[in-house]
Order: sequence, then structure tokens, then C-alpha cells
Amino acid sequence: MLEVAAKKQRGAFLLDAKFELPTPGVVALFGRSGCGKTTLVNVIAGLLAADSGRVALDDTVLLDTERGINVAPEERRIGYVFQDARLFPHLRVEANLHYALKRAAVAPFIGVDRVVELLDLEPLMSRRTHELSGGERQRIAIGRALLSQPSMLLLDEPLASLDASRREEVLPYLETLRDQLAIPMVYVSHNFDEVLRLATHLVLMEEGKTVARGNLSEMSLHPRVRAIIGTDAVGAIVDGTVLGTDSSSGLTRVQVGQGELKVQFGTALPGTRLRVQLLARDLIVATEPPRHISVRNSLPGVITSVANDVDDSDLIAIDIGGILIMARVTKAATRELGLATGKPVWALVKSASLRPHVI
Amino acid sequence: MMWLSANESEALTLSLSVATRSVLLSLPLALLLAWVLTRKQFLGRTMLDAFVHLPLVLPPVVVGYLLLLLFGTRGPIGGWLERVFGIELIFTRNGAALATAVMSFPLMVRAMRISLETVDRGLEDAARTLGAGAFDRFVSITLPLMLPGVLAGAITAFSAALGEFGAVITFVSNIPGETRTLPLALYTALQTPGGDSAAARLAILSCVLGLTGLLLSEWFARRVRRMLGR
Repeated sequence: MLEVAAKKQRGAFLLDAKFELPTPGVVALFGRSGCGKTTLVNVIAGLLAADSGRVALDDTVLLDTERGINVAPEERRIGYVFQDARLFPHLRVEANLHYALKRAAVAPFIGVDRVVELLDLEPLMSRRTHELSGGERQRIAIGRALLSQPSMLLLDEPLASLDASRREEVLPYLETLRDQLAIPMVYVSHNFDEVLRLATHLVLMEEGKTVARGNLSEMSLHPRVRAIIGTDAVGAIVDGTVLGTDSSSGLTRVQVGQGELKVQFGTALPGTRLRVQLLARDLIVATEPPRHISVRNSLPGVITSVANDVDDSDLIAIDIGGILIMARVTKAATRELGLATGKPVWALVKSASLRPHVI
Repeated sequence: MMWLSANESEALTLSLSVATRSVLLSLPLALLLAWVLTRKQFLGRTMLDAFVHLPLVLPPVVVGYLLLLLFGTRGPIGGWLERVFGIELIFTRNGAALATAVMSFPLMVRAMRISLETVDRGLEDAARTLGAGAFDRFVSITLPLMLPGVLAGAITAFSAALGEFGAVITFVSNIPGETRTLPLALYTALQTPGGDSAAARLAILSCVLGLTGLLLSEWFARRVRRMLGR
């Protein structure tokens, strides 16, 4: 369990943050630029002194202003991947990696060979840091942080300075780290796509305050998260279990709530956990079980709320067996179909519009 | 040196020896002061800054005189050095090195401060999260990154030390083979009947040394910058 609580006044800006993360897990600190995410991460790392607060990882207290505990950053064993990588320019890539390993405070649980393999660094080892692309720099920064043998990783928008294709170069490595090393991570981002791919939990920050927290599925439909990610990206993030492969279509069958989704996803063993985002704009609501239709997926459920949304449309929340999803329909459709709380409905979505990720 | 007389080459080697001692003496202290003045906020910082720069604006003779008061045989520091360590400064090349060190000190501190200010503190923070303590960070990150400034400062100070006249002659006098450095030898030659050609040779020698110093400094700086990829 990672516990964080911090207060810090900086001029007119007040940081007032509090969250907990079950470990191992990946918590996304999510919010608009300038909401204090980096300030909070710096307090966790110890690079910035908090006015008051507490940071504890499992049984290790790193900061407790009440008890006068404040472990120096160099002794916290927290790996920090900065937005600008911060590789040492006077050292080659290999020396940057060894810099961290040499200073590790504990017997190494991960060595240079494994880090090089995980992050695919072999071709870069003898390079100078200014000969690297942005994505390569970040991979090395991640490797360097790992080699300091950290008990936790802080990643401060590591992909923010990369363009979309470079980002796609680094993201799979981060997923590998999450799946293969059981290191708790705090991942700062204002990009919901990254959060969706990496995080298990989400803490929402606004103007220095942590305003909401929870696991990713719960948080995906939070009104304030919806306000930040924009109308088109609103949608439930649901985790499901692979049942098998549909022999006729070749699609992967995933159990979600009481229903079943068919998604395009190579081959996955039954039992694999998959995460699927059901965008509100992609969902179609039917009041009868649909027939004669190309859509492969129909999830039965019950409407739990109908709320105003942008541009003459409503957001319909549907419980599909303990899991909440949301569909956007026009107000005209709401009226004509008589959509109201308590009404049984079927939510339809095309397999082609679903992008599943392993979790 | 074929074209130099025995006295002149003696002045040359003495100058080099004095300048080397001067730089070795001032380098660590200048590094410390550059660091303190750039990184630390404390009461009296402006005062200390002004004090370090004093030799730039004082007449060198005044510096020599103040050194005489402090480091003379009966001066508070000079007397103590002689009693405890047996170090004599008056009329010695060590004294000459001290005088040139004081005079070139502001140049050295300045060069180091400028390069220290360009060092990205974020890199030191990164080193910190990787487990590097304060001294470790300074040696492994800060110092290598400010190396161009340290080298430039050292070479400039060395060149200035070769040419220092007023403070040296006031503090340690003009003793052949012990404190008669190049400029002092040049001055003596000018005072001696028929010393014109010797003075000319020494003047040319001084020019060549100065120029070499400046070129070397530039070359070093460029090499280090390339190493850092700038």
C-alpha cells in the first residue's frame, strides 16, 4: 500500500493531495496541465519539501511531518523518470545505466542485462545522449531508474514530449514493466489514452487538490473525468475475462458483466483479463433484443440514469450486471424510445470499434 | 633556449613555476567560492562577492601592501605560518605565487560561476533520486559539467599570473632567481643601460605566452563542449 498526503503552499497555489494505492499497482495522477501533478510527485520523491504530509510505502515511512521523519531523496529508493529524461550528457548510455546501479542501496533485484533486454537498449549502449531520439532517451531514463533498484517508480509525463508515433514506441515497454515487475508506479499524465493502457487506479487532480480517486473502471465515468477528456472520449472502461475464440468469426469472446463481447484480439488464452473501452458515442441503445443486424455485440442491462449531455443529447447510464456503461443518444431518441431509469435495454456496439488491451 | 640569456630563461622558468603554484593554490578555493556564491543564499553574500572582486579594482600596489601587512613576518597570518609550518612568504617564490593568486582570483571565480550557472540543476536532482549524496553529485555531475569554465578559469588565471607585476614587486620584491618573474625582469632590463634588446625579447616572450594561453583555453573549451554534445 502506498499512502500519500501532502500540503504545500506556493504563492497563491495550494497543493492539498491525498490518495492511497494498493501495491503492486499503477496509479495515474490525472488532470489538466498546471494542476499540481508534478509538484505532488516531487513531494513524493522528496525533491520538494511539503509544509505537512505523510508518504509511506508498505511499512516504510518516507515522510511524516508530524513525527519529524523526512528521508532524504537519495535514500528513498524511489525511481523517478522525468518528462525531459535528464540523461547525464557527459556519460554515454551505458555509463548512465551503471551510474544508477553503482549507487543502488540494496542487493540488485534487476541487473543491466535484464533491463537492456526488457527495454531493448542493446543497440544504444555506446551512444552519446545527444545522438538519441526522444523515445530512446525515455527508454534509457526508465532503465536507469530501474537500475537504482527502486521500491517504487514515479513517471512524470514520460511521453508528453514525444509525438504520437514515438509514444507508441515507448508505451509497450511500459506495459511490459507493469506486467513483469511488481513495482508500484505513479504515472502522471494528462493523456487519457496512456492512462487507459497503463493504470489500474486513477487519482483526479484539479487546482492542486485530489478531487476523486478509485479504480480505473469506476473513475472512467466520473463526471469530472468526463469533463477533462472531452465529449468524444467519454466512455466506460470495463475489464473482462476471455472465454475463448468464436469459431465462426474468429473473434475473441470476452465475458463482461452478465453479457459477452466479441472483440478483435489475436489469440488469447481463456482466463486472460482484457480491458475494453466502450465509448459512449459508439454505443447504440435498443429496447428489444435486436435481430437482423450486423452488430456482433449486444449487452443486456437496465438504465440507471438519464442525464443531459452536450448538443441535444443525453447520456444514458446502463447497468450490465454490476458494471456501469454509458451511451450517448439524441434527446429525440430518449423521448421516442421512452428511455428512463429502470427500463431494460440492450446496448449494442460494433466489434470493429473496440480496442482491447491485456491487463 | 638559445636566444635567451641565462637570466632571461631563469625569469621564464621562475614565472612558470610561480604561475603553476598560484593556480594550484587558488583553484580549490575558487571552486568553493564559486559554488557558495552561486548556490547559497546567506547574509553577507553580497559583501563576500565584493570582497572577492576587490583585487580587480584596487591598485596592485595596494594589494601587495595589504599582503605585506597580513602575511609579513610580523603579520598575523605570516607570523603564524612561519611559527607553525616554517613557511616563509616574504622574498620567496611562494610569496610571489600568493600575490599572483590573489590578483587572478576574481578572474577564476568569475569563469567558474558563469559555467556553474549553466549547469542544469535538474540533472543533479536526477542523480539524487538515483542515490547520489551531495559530495558524490558534485564530483560526478556538477564538476564534469562545469569543466569548461574550470579550465578556462585556470588558464586565464595562469596567464594573468605570468604577467602580474605590482602586487609581486610590492610584496616579495625583485630578487633574481626567487621573485624576479618575466615582467619584473623586463622592468629591470629597462632600468639597466643597454638592456633594450633584453627588454624586447622578454616582451615578445610575454606576448607569445599570453597568446598560447588564450588559444589553449579556447581549444580546451571547444573539446569539452563537443564531448558534452553542445
